[in-house]
Amino acid sequence: MSATRPPAAVQAGPLEWPEALRTKVAEALSHYPNRRSATLPLLWIAQRQWGWVPPEALRLVARTVELPETEVFGIATFYTMINLAPMGTYHLQVCCTLSCSLMGADRLFRHLSRRLGIGHGETTPDGRFTLRRVECLAACGGGPCLQVNEEKFHEHLDEAAVDRLLETLT
Amino acid sequence: MSAPRGPLLFKDIDTPGLTGLETYRRAGGYATLSTVLGRQTPDQCIEVVKASGLRGRGGAGFPTGLKWSFVPKGADRPKYLVCNADESEPGTFKDRELIEKNPHGLIEGMILAGWAIQANTGYVYLRGEFGWLQQVLDRAIAEARAAGILGADVAGSGFRFELHTHLGAGAYICGEETALLSSLEGFRGQPRLKPPFPAVEGLYRCPTIVNNVETLVNVPHILAHGAAWYRQWGTEKSAGTKVFSVSGPVRRPGNYELPLGVPLRVLLEEHCGGMRDGMRIKAVIPGGSSVPPLPADLLDTPLDFESMNGAGTFLGSGGVIVIDEQTCMVDSLWNLIRFYAHESCGKCTPCREGTFWMSEILERLERGGGRAGDIDLLADLADNILGRSFCPLGDAAAMPVQGFLKHFRAEFEHHVEHRACLANRRRDAVAGVPA
Repeated sequence: MSATRPPAAVQAGPLEWPEALRTKVAEALSHYPNRRSATLPLLWIAQRQWGWVPPEALRLVARTVELPETEVFGIATFYTMINLAPMGTYHLQVCCTLSCSLMGADRLFRHLSRRLGIGHGETTPDGRFTLRRVECLAACGGGPCLQVNEEKFHEHLDEAAVDRLLETLT
Repeated sequence: MSAPRGPLLFKDIDTPGLTGLETYRRAGGYATLSTVLGRQTPDQCIEVVKASGLRGRGGAGFPTGLKWSFVPKGADRPKYLVCNADESEPGTFKDRELIEKNPHGLIEGMILAGWAIQANTGYVYLRGEFGWLQQVLDRAIAEARAAGILGADVAGSGFRFELHTHLGAGAYICGEETALLSSLEGFRGQPRLKPPFPAVEGLYRCPTIVNNVETLVNVPHILAHGAAWYRQWGTEKSAGTKVFSVSGPVRRPGNYELPLGVPLRVLLEEHCGGMRDGMRIKAVIPGGSSVPPLPADLLDTPLDFESMNGAGTFLGSGGVIVIDEQTCMVDSLWNLIRFYAHESCGKCTPCREGTFWMSEILERLERGGGRAGDIDLLADLADNILGRSFCPLGDAAAMPVQGFLKHFRAEFEHHVEHRACLANRRRDAVAGVPA
């Protein structure tokens, strides 16, 4: 997927924050002296709610922080972890920077890629997995490592450990 | 009880339940709130930290007390304290363990630093991949707030201090302090021109101190026991302890807290158990991926700021990456430069273009298409990035290139002449990585 793709066509009717999220949104806004600073926190809240940040959600964030939509789009595209296209249920992020690479991360990535039949940035047809090669996760002593969605890292991996992990992700 | 993992920051870090307020207090935590707040003036605190010799643990090694003293006095504008928990320098994973196991240690350090610079608001900027760690810290903050340790009247001292966490979203550049502030303000995480330095004009154009996690976690110990006590560890100019994150094919990779000045060889052989079976050290990157590597014959260099500079590299963040003899240095450098090309924010030309072209040349060399002038071209690019980019990211990419060429030029020449690696145990795996 490309993080730089412009949002899709306008959907009918503006999106609102679901009732259950309003306290979180208000709390995020309360942490800063201006609304703009809450942009990234609100993009995270949106992404956790919808799995990615669809154009309607981007507009909702822009409206909430009182910035032009284009400005929020510019911010969202700067950060690699804000997903502007749909993602698989499980986002497998394999660190391939030097420390992990020294411990076999490239081989591990290739194993995953073969096993799932997808390459870097692709999603399985059933929508279950998105695979990405990512830069250093700050788990270098535990390399090779990977992160599933936003969870704590899986460290000291090999092919067998990754296969076992995949079976738990249903 | 097993032996303590370190003299100071890691001494009690594996205590079960230390993330909870009660356990932290039983271990002596938050005692400084009654002995320092309202008892010692902010200036006194700054003087103690200055005298302790504490230097920034994020990589630059700037004296912490001196940095604090740059904050203008007076209450005309709010002041801010920001903790840099972006921990994005490849090879570094210490702040993560410090927060995960001892979140209250960071909170206490931030309250004290906030008092010293008279800031009433603090932010902890965590890298985007630390969402799970943010939850650990948020729980500790909520617990501290409920106990009156954070808020309008910190532990009954009359000092007001609020603390919030802020999650980044995947950008190495946000570890640079001005880019971090841009990101915290809701902009793209791009660096700003210095001066003005953040201490004078930082977050929301107000005086702001940005300190690394490890730096701040040292503060309660220093203010509780004094500068002379702290100086029992380390050297004259590199006082105290340092957490070293060791990665690569050693027997026991991980975080090790040692007094500054311990030789690199002691860290690797005694603490990490040496190399895995059948492997020998070719090079060690001692301070995170941005610093030049040391060849194996310089392993006796002491791990302190001055000795590392003397050996042509930097102590940096203490991220120690060990490279074995069967690993190709061209391939390793290409891996690192890909990282910098990916993470360059695009603001300035030397970094944006230079990192891209260095990566292209390294790929060409590694894949066997290297040309006669490529090594000089690579060196020329690095020379032209160094000191000419807007922020230190460009330097961070240029320094490893210079260091790799200085110590391992023969391997690069071998690539040009023979269109193959001298040695590369990862060769088959690397060949499968798309560009």
